Amino acid sequence: MTDQAISGIDTSKAQAAPKGLMYAWHRLKKSFGTPTPYLMFFGIVLWLGTYYLLTEGWKVPRFEKIPGPVEVITEFFSYDPIWGTSLFTEDFHTNVYVSCRRIFIAFALATGLGVPLGLFMGWSRKFKDYTFPILETLRPIPILAWVPLAIVMFSGFETPIIFLATLASFFVTTLNTLLGVESIDESYFRAAGCLGSKKHHVFWHVVVPGAMPFIFTGLQISIGVAWFSLVAAEMISGDYGLGYMIMDSYMVNKYVSMVMAMISLGFVGWITSAMVRWGGNRMMQWRVKALALEGR
Amino acid sequence: MAAKAKTTAGKKTQSRGTGRGAISIRNVTKIYDPEGVNVMAVDNCSMEIESGEVCMIVGPSGCGKTTLLNVIAGFHSLTFGEIYLDDELLCGPDKPLADQGADRMVVFQNGALFPWKSLLDNVAYGPIVQGVMSKSDARDKARDNLAEAGLGEVADKFPGEVSSGMARRAEIVRALINDPKVLLLDEPYRAMDALTKSIMHESLLEVYDRTKVTIFFITHDLEEAIFLGDRVVVMTTRPARTKKVVDVKIPRPRDYKLLSSEQFRVLVEEAKDAVHEEAIKAFEAGERELA
Repeated sequence: MTDQAISGIDTSKAQAAPKGLMYAWHRLKKSFGTPTPYLMFFGIVLWLGTYYLLTEGWKVPRFEKIPGPVEVITEFFSYDPIWGTSLFTEDFHTNVYVSCRRIFIAFALATGLGVPLGLFMGWSRKFKDYTFPILETLRPIPILAWVPLAIVMFSGFETPIIFLATLASFFVTTLNTLLGVESIDESYFRAAGCLGSKKHHVFWHVVVPGAMPFIFTGLQISIGVAWFSLVAAEMISGDYGLGYMIMDSYMVNKYVSMVMAMISLGFVGWITSAMVRWGGNRMMQWRVKALALEGR
Repeated sequence: MAAKAKTTAGKKTQSRGTGRGAISIRNVTKIYDPEGVNVMAVDNCSMEIESGEVCMIVGPSGCGKTTLLNVIAGFHSLTFGEIYLDDELLCGPDKPLADQGADRMVVFQNGALFPWKSLLDNVAYGPIVQGVMSKSDARDKARDNLAEAGLGEVADKFPGEVSSGMARRAEIVRALINDPKVLLLDEPYRAMDALTKSIMHESLLEVYDRTKVTIFFITHDLEEAIFLGDRVVVMTTRPARTKKVVDVKIPRPRDYKLLSSEQFRVLVEEAKDAVHEEAIKAFEAGERELA
């Protein structure tokens, strides 16, 4: 730090914006000046404390069977788990890996199909007229209602589960992409026309980037929905995966493992969401920068 | 800015123009039918705009002046009449919708720089998609043109990162790199404060003195119209008809000192009543603007 930093805020000359790690440090330092980190910490403590008191502390009726935080955490980090599953056992790794692989495939398929479909629907009136009624009829069908059909249609354990997860996130992605295209201001299309764009230029330079903010909002929701339907599907027909682990542990009264699987789902889901968000920010620097200037 | 304008200025108004960009609007009528009811936006409007002229269209909000611009630009079709650009038919009875093209560049009311492209890429976009320049040539030229407009430092920024005045200036650079015959401006400075506006005016005048491009400029600000224009056409409220034409014989180059001159005030007085009358009519009609 220079002495300028000590004497106060330096606005005398153009400062180089901090980059990379320095930027992260700058943000971190700044955030400790706001109530946010303290409130977050307090919130977590409050939540964990309530959980502890209900289950292990006061052993409130109906909660006594539920494994408490101390038990779960001890088991989670144990090299020699009582119930046979912890962070260091192979079956846990397999379950996490299998679920993540399914999500990856399902999300990739849903994005690969949903984004182009939504873009074309928004771009071409005719194409939308063909496809929209069908999409709108299929979309409200709850994913669980598809389960029997998926099992009949696909063989094995893997494909029906991936199908269900894909389907759920496909609808979300398509609809959001479509809304994204429709949200683009007419004047961008007009400007593109004035500047001598051909149809494919308009598609690549206006439709695609213009819909991007909505697409990524959609993708964030879609990856959540994918996890949701994946777990539902794994609970019904699966041989591995975190959803399967929950159901399997429940069947054999291994409640500790069940809660571990739930917590793992929370963390993995969070990480995948963050990855989508990160990808979106990488692709939309123009938006990140404009929002930053508005103080967001 | 003003001093610069003087040195780069052309000779006199009579040698105005590059011999291209003359617009002939003949008996143009535009009827909309939103919700099945016919609404006349433009009624039998005729106007001859010379090559290199700055023609200012003044009228109350929603009077149909934007409609006229949209017809020229090829965003809307016309119902009757015809429009010629340099004796070539843009649109007429057999072809109600003009082709959109880079010979008529529009600068939009709320700005339409692509927010996902840097200023540089915005400016280079036209020549690249038209195929008249290679990517690197277009970018080189765009950088030069931006620098010339005083935007060299921010060329690589996104529109969301610069002030609205800079963005608007970049938009004019984006239009002019295509060497258009006509510049169509649709209340481009509407949302700006008076100080920014006056800077924008001088920079537009500077651009005009340099390029002598024909300018078709829509505004509801009478002083802006007289300050910038060779001719001010006051339109009636909807349906738009020509109500009054004021010739502005103030020599160029002009600078802001003009605003306090006697000559300027006389011209404003001359047109004021006509504009005010229409504004009252428009207000009482209370109609919503048409897109």
